[in-house]
Amino acid sequence: MDNILLSVQDLKFYFIGNERVARALDGVSYEVSKGETVCLVGESGCGKTVSALTILRIIPQPPGKIMGGKVLFNGQNLLDLSEEEMQKIRGNHIAMVFQEPMTSLNPVFTVEDQIQEAIMVHEMVDEKSVRERCIQLLKDVGIPSPEERLKDYPHQLSGGQRQRVMIAMALACDPDLVIADEPTTALDVTIQAQILNLFQELKQKRQMSLLYITHDLGVVANIADRIYVMYAGIIVEQGDTSNIFHNPCHPYTQGLLKSLPGRAKRGSKLHSIPGTVPDPAHKPGSCPFHPRCDFAIQACGTEFPRVCDYGEGHLSRCPVLYENKVPKVN
Amino acid sequence: MIKKDIKNLLQNTGVAPRRSRLQESWRILKGNSLAFVGLIIFALFFCTALAGLILTSGTKPVFDPAMVRLQEKLLPPLSSPNLETLRPEEIPKLGVYLFGTDDLGRDVFARMLQGAWVSLTVGFVAVGIAVLIGIFMGGISGYFGQSHIRVDQILAAFVLLLGGGLLAVGAIFSGSALLLIGSAYIFFSRWLKKGLGKQPPPKWMKVFFAGVISIDTLIMRLVDIMLCFPSFFLILTVVALLPASMYNIMIVIGLTSWMGATRFVRAEFLSLREQDFVTAARALGVSNWRIIFRHMIPNAIAPVLVSATIGIATAILTEAGLSFLGFGVPPPHATWGNILSDGKRFIFDAPWLTFVPGFAILLVVLSFNLFGEGLRDILNPKLKERY
Repeated sequence: MDNILLSVQDLKFYFIGNERVARALDGVSYEVSKGETVCLVGESGCGKTVSALTILRIIPQPPGKIMGGKVLFNGQNLLDLSEEEMQKIRGNHIAMVFQEPMTSLNPVFTVEDQIQEAIMVHEMVDEKSVRERCIQLLKDVGIPSPEERLKDYPHQLSGGQRQRVMIAMALACDPDLVIADEPTTALDVTIQAQILNLFQELKQKRQMSLLYITHDLGVVANIADRIYVMYAGIIVEQGDTSNIFHNPCHPYTQGLLKSLPGRAKRGSKLHSIPGTVPDPAHKPGSCPFHPRCDFAIQACGTEFPRVCDYGEGHLSRCPVLYENKVPKVN
Repeated sequence: MIKKDIKNLLQNTGVAPRRSRLQESWRILKGNSLAFVGLIIFALFFCTALAGLILTSGTKPVFDPAMVRLQEKLLPPLSSPNLETLRPEEIPKLGVYLFGTDDLGRDVFARMLQGAWVSLTVGFVAVGIAVLIGIFMGGISGYFGQSHIRVDQILAAFVLLLGGGLLAVGAIFSGSALLLIGSAYIFFSRWLKKGLGKQPPPKWMKVFFAGVISIDTLIMRLVDIMLCFPSFFLILTVVALLPASMYNIMIVIGLTSWMGATRFVRAEFLSLREQDFVTAARALGVSNWRIIFRHMIPNAIAPVLVSATIGIATAILTEAGLSFLGFGVPPPHATWGNILSDGKRFIFDAPWLTFVPGFAILLVVLSFNLFGEGLRDILNPKLKERY
């Protein structure tokens, strides 16, 4: 039990507007153990990023509001901490890499200034050793001739280099957990593979945990130890990578995997899940997926889906499965 | 010629030449000839003003702006002094009246030198005050704008104001007591909320913790109110009430011209606040104040700097206008404005008394405006890589 680094328990996060409430997170629970790579998968707008920002509490409140739940980090509930205490956690214990390397670096500072800032916020270090650490960090993230790059401004770097700098900044204080929010989405495929390798390398070298948020199942298959599949603010399925990929239970996960292009499917039309994601302000209180689900039964529209346990930590939230008690195989 | 250059470049380096930010700015500035001329005039003006301060102050200045030579009055520019009627210490050090003499036979050149320093300091200090206030107010309004001021905070502010008022009237005991109570409340209210913890405060306390008005509304309406006054007349009124001195004028001009900077900074902050790098900075654990002053202000400063440069020109003009009307720096001290105002009585007999300071004001104000325009190009990051 003490191996668990981060444990999000029944987290509810709503955006409260004038006349409508968007339920961005509707009771999300997940865990990250020490040294583990966990992937949050789901389509756009399902609450992946919101759940990451809520952990660090850097989401504007209002309009957002945490309606319940806990975020336990090393046994400490982050939602109870004051802003000052939270600032000591951010960057120092939990760091984050953002989606857009183009805009996540401050355009008026050099790379050195920005990495220095990441270190100096948490530690009192003298100028010379800070510089050495900056160079070492840039070397670690695979930037060639780091001494020269230190003086560069973000606009002088390429997208991949910027993302590497962002990763270097996240690693600056040796965090226990790095949250990567779709760090490769804005990059092209070759760079994407390099960044993924870099993440795995760094993870092994530094004994840190990685919470990787993405919608790209190809990436997930490469790096994840465990996977959480999210849909419209809830986690519909969770389990080991092999379980999820070889034995998907939830109709949504099955649909996702079916819609992946593959060599065997060449020439045939790509599968797609019919319908669209429900508007978070008007989504059903029962299973949010049931309007699009091929297997929907009466219970799907009336009750909040209960969890079905398949052993080895493989859980699925679906009324149909709960009713039948057996994994559905197509 | 150009082809050869490119060829050389390709052969010699193989990589693009690396330039520092300053070099890049310098290149853009040199490309803009009007702004470059503006900068040169500004530099000359700066040196002249500094030299003027050194050469015209002290008990035995090199150029004495207050030396009265009644027999030499209203001499045109470049005329030589009559060496026979003047005592040796009365002879101008240049050997010639460069800008002529005024109705008391004072050397206009010496007086212009002395006035240059006044113009320079008034311009810079007034705009400095305005920009500092503007950045602070605009930063708060743009970054914290959405939070509300609570009833208890307004009450505390009232208690403080009342205490200050009582102190000013002379009721020292009750005044200082009120001041103490107010500041103590503000100091301890941080812990008051924490002490209550998670449980909701009792009903009667809820009234005190209710938000009334957002900070953004408060500051921006204050800006609107300040902008409603015709500022020159506001300055005139304040200056008429205060004892005439250079420092009062600087402060008054500064306090009545911060609204533009506030609006600029607020507008920039509203868009910067949503930028990813601000979220990224917060994710690194950077505190709010550090984000405002270290991360956001350098990004928001460009339009403020441009408007400040032009603001200096306006401040110089305002000071000259005040001096011209007789509300400015008190008479024995020369400023460009009061040289102009003294000279207007002799505009047909001695036109140089109005033309020399008038032309100086024109030149300096124009140079600041041109340089301000050029600065806008330099600070625009989109233009940087184009050359």
